[in-house]
Amino acid sequence: MYTKDELDKIAATKEVWAAKLAATEKKRPPREANFATDSGFEIDTVYTPNNLAEMDYERDLGLPGEFPYTRGVQPNLYRGRLWTMRQYAGFGSAEETNQRFRYLLEQGQTGLSCAFDLPTQIGYDSDHSLARGEIGKVGVAIDSLADMETLFDQIPLGKVSTSMTINAPAGVLLAMYIACAEKQGFTKAQINGTIQNDVIKEYICRGTYILPPEPSMRLISNIFEYCSKEVPTWNTISISGYHIREAGSTAAQEIAFTLADGIAYVEAAIKAGLNVDDFAPRLSFFFNAHLNFLEEIAKFRAARRVWAKVMKERFGAKKAKSMSLRFHTQTAGVSLTAQQPMVNIMRTAYEALSAVLGGTQSLHTNSYDEALALPCDESVMIALRTQHIIGYEIGVCDVVDPLGGSYYIESLTNALEEKAMDYIGKIDALGGAVKAIEYMQKEIHNAAYQYQLAIDNKKKTVVGVNKFQMKEKPIEGLLKVDLSVGDHQVAKLKKMKAERDQAKVAALLQAVKEAAQSDANLMPVFIDAVKEYVTLGEICGVLRDVFGEYKQQIVF
Amino acid sequence: MSEKRIRVLVAKPGLDGHDRGAKVIAQALRDAGMEVVYTGLRQTPEQIVSAALQEDVNVVGMSILSGAHGTLFPEVVNLLREKGAGDILVIGGGIIPEEDIPPLKEAGVAEVFGPGTPLANVVKYIQEHV
Repeated sequence: MYTKDELDKIAATKEVWAAKLAATEKKRPPREANFATDSGFEIDTVYTPNNLAEMDYERDLGLPGEFPYTRGVQPNLYRGRLWTMRQYAGFGSAEETNQRFRYLLEQGQTGLSCAFDLPTQIGYDSDHSLARGEIGKVGVAIDSLADMETLFDQIPLGKVSTSMTINAPAGVLLAMYIACAEKQGFTKAQINGTIQNDVIKEYICRGTYILPPEPSMRLISNIFEYCSKEVPTWNTISISGYHIREAGSTAAQEIAFTLADGIAYVEAAIKAGLNVDDFAPRLSFFFNAHLNFLEEIAKFRAARRVWAKVMKERFGAKKAKSMSLRFHTQTAGVSLTAQQPMVNIMRTAYEALSAVLGGTQSLHTNSYDEALALPCDESVMIALRTQHIIGYEIGVCDVVDPLGGSYYIESLTNALEEKAMDYIGKIDALGGAVKAIEYMQKEIHNAAYQYQLAIDNKKKTVVGVNKFQMKEKPIEGLLKVDLSVGDHQVAKLKKMKAERDQAKVAALLQAVKEAAQSDANLMPVFIDAVKEYVTLGEICGVLRDVFGEYKQQIVF
Repeated sequence: MSEKRIRVLVAKPGLDGHDRGAKVIAQALRDAGMEVVYTGLRQTPEQIVSAALQEDVNVVGMSILSGAHGTLFPEVVNLLREKGAGDILVIGGGIIPEEDIPPLKEAGVAEVFGPGTPLANVVKYIQEHV
């Protein structure tokens, strides 16, 4: 971006300046022996064009909405429309979650994001013995279409977009959503939303897997294929680095492991006979916004550039949409402290700002009480208002990629890209993401342990935890999920099961079994089954019988 | 307990998949010289108790972030007592509101370590209570 003469001149000036810096540092020594980002990149005192000597503007940056999308996926980004403000919510019964959804929509939220309880996420009905104590705890319990109908009562599914954090049984929940929308009078082409559907990261770090990798990858490819034809505006997967980061990875690992997972899904779909440009435009991503503000901004930019190159160069994608990485962001749950919980509001605000400066398409801001419980109404409202402040009051949305061209941000973006490509190379050498699950787990665990040691030995400051502590009273007004939710849900499910036409249920489950045993796409049989109130647990039970279950390797 | 190394079972009861904390604690206890067995995810109380007996541990440390602690921690304590292993020290951690701690202690959970606990505190607690 600069001529050799210009660079030489700047380098010479910096050499003179370095002597002044040394003199200053004698009087005012640096606070740290080494300054480094969370990914371990050493940070220099100041950055200049010399740090970007190798950089080519057209090749590496370009303009927003243009390859390699470093500066964003939209030419006008937030000048056109702000990101979707999407608070992840769900707890207790479908009735309670329906009320929370409607409260959030009334407060100005622009999309829904549904949390399911763990039995639902692992494909067990509420009456399963392993569901004990877990019903409605971390999300809403959905056993059948009946619960889905209650969940979206008076919410027109053709007019809102809904993100569902559901992975192993994503196809079944999508089938219920389609059935529910059709009952409300909408067509499949009218519904918008996302299923997380990212099973590889469940094996790596989130834990809600059901089936072994091979049938899981087939189910995912089935969904890609079905939606490319029938549900064209549905985001068929949200390839998630969020949980990888929450589990302890660095920013560079977050990019690398997420995109390595993405590569595995693209390869599986191509192997299943799909054309890359038919499904790749509907791939979406999900990242974490952590505390290291500037590195996080660079991370989002680097992720976009790496993915664009991978799709173009490795998979020969032709459509712009196949190459542009669209992503949701959530602020870092792991950065929240149980101590002085109100201070979390500030942490979340900075994290959210990094996501916006990094060009996110949608955003969830965490609530201040989430190191202790699910958020209460008040804390959720403050979290949403944090997004409103960023979007409407502080002026950062009036220009696209405002930090593009910053010597430091561009240097970090380059460094993150290089490090991420190194990791992707290692994962390729191991045979791809599915084969590299334990490698990634080890890397994540080591980073998590180092992070905790840095806090314990005070190399890393956590306000209220290892510095600026104070005596405080326990926080009041935490949300409590009533244990009776479980009993109520089980009773409702038993009644519903008893009232169904049992012969019809058996025939539909047999159809699921036969489709699973053949090469057929499973989505149509899922939809037929859920329409007749065949339950999630029943369908997943059949899949478990046909395919077996994943056995976790223990790595630490 | 001066000669023999302390044996700890780190366990994840219930369906919760968050095991960053469990594994970091397990590593810290191992680095402090203890023998540590980690169960992996999705363990029923029965499985945890059977592993504790089989591995002949002094301590069972459980982590739950899903909110199921009120149901599952006491079940483990009761099962251990039923099997005549009530002397095993049971401790827990995770996303646990302060007001839930007294009932857990009453049920026989010796100590609950919340978010922000330094690793050294857990190590020291175990060394002092085994």
